[in-house]
Amino acid sequence: MARIVGGLATTHVPAIGVAIDQGKTETAYWKPLFDGYVRAQQWLAAKKPDVIVLVYNDHATAFSLEIIPTFAIGVADEFPPADEGWGPRPVPVVKGHPELAWHLCESLILDEFDITMINVMPVDHGFTVPLSITCGKGSACVTPAAWPCKVVPISVNVVQYPPPTGKRCFDLGRAIAKAVASYPEDLRVVVFGTGGMSHQLHGERAGLINQEWDLKFMDDLASNPERLKRIPFLEYVRETGAEGIEMVMWLIMRGALGEKAREVYRHYHVPASNTAAGLIILDPVPGAAKGKAKTRRVRASGAARRKRAPRRAATKRQSRR
Amino acid sequence: MARQEQFDDIPGTYLFNRHRSQQGYHLNMFYFSLMKAANREAFLADERKYLDRFKLTPEQRTAVLARDWLGMIKLGGNIYYMSKLGATLGRSFQYMAGAMSGVSQEQYAEMMLKGGRAIEGNRSKTANQLKKGRK
Repeated sequence: MARIVGGLATTHVPAIGVAIDQGKTETAYWKPLFDGYVRAQQWLAAKKPDVIVLVYNDHATAFSLEIIPTFAIGVADEFPPADEGWGPRPVPVVKGHPELAWHLCESLILDEFDITMINVMPVDHGFTVPLSITCGKGSACVTPAAWPCKVVPISVNVVQYPPPTGKRCFDLGRAIAKAVASYPEDLRVVVFGTGGMSHQLHGERAGLINQEWDLKFMDDLASNPERLKRIPFLEYVRETGAEGIEMVMWLIMRGALGEKAREVYRHYHVPASNTAAGLIILDPVPGAAKGKAKTRRVRASGAARRKRAPRRAATKRQSRR
Repeated sequence: MARQEQFDDIPGTYLFNRHRSQQGYHLNMFYFSLMKAANREAFLADERKYLDRFKLTPEQRTAVLARDWLGMIKLGGNIYYMSKLGATLGRSFQYMAGAMSGVSQEQYAEMMLKGGRAIEGNRSKTANQLKKGRK
């Protein structure tokens, strides 16, 4: 029987991929971000996954406005890195797992999630950056010659409003867990949820970062997903930036981990280009453990750390008015 | 379900909803075409001629030629599509973000290093106006 052995959520900022591809990971700007991912690399290697189910969104790359699937699963043998306008990233071609992918499609559709099946799907930064940053070697994040395991891509529309709701995403995660559990082969599966955290890339409000909101989201991901499931789109767009709406994809990963999950590690850094970069690692807690899951102290770096105290003070001042 | 006006009340934000998707369909398909190297070359060789291939409105066409990044968003452009034009012209997301918010790329990058644009004062146009009125 296949089983889900861990979950990880991470930002998928394109500039992180550029930093890796151009060997800039150890510059003063990028080092604090990459240092925070060494633990994720170690965790993933120790999990020895046979397959990563990688939830991401296509950024107008494989899908244009011609066809906009809400949920799509890549069922192909392999997925080439896409040319997003500056040539494809120099990273290995991603090997798929068609058997598991088709099984997921079948199980999910019979479970009333109407999945689009995709055979031709070049994958953009939303997909390759999470692989690079968790499968790279050390804080320099050197790209391996081949990805360590097979990957099943699950693409979620978050470009055209409305994306699927947080609750729908969480429920899809639960259905993925059920589908994985009914796969006959003995596979170790890790689920990635990607995108976020707070960022807005367009308009006069571009550059918006809401650290308080981000950290609260991280605080509740393991222990209180019920609150996160109910966050309306208006709150996502207003509080975390129009493009921060990607956070619903973290809830697919959380749903896939089951009732209880334990936070293993987190990292939060501002900025990664236009974005607040977040990483969180969760382990499933089999058989619904007793008591509250332990959470680690917040690790923050860069502007995130410098900004915390003054921000809090500003909030207080405002509420007294 | 949130009403459209509630999204419109968020300052400097243009939700890519069904209206903008219809308005910007051809503009976004133009951007999308730039993911092929041959199309990028054709566009750079003769921008006006290349744009003739797409049913853009005169305003959209002018905005593309003038590199009016915010204007293109207001005319139905979506940032992820528009980034293909940015890439074709060697412009990063940070450059476009600076241009849309009316500052240089350097000033914008500096703001991000200091923790980004604060949420305080950036939630609601109505609230901002009320606050202004009280002063």
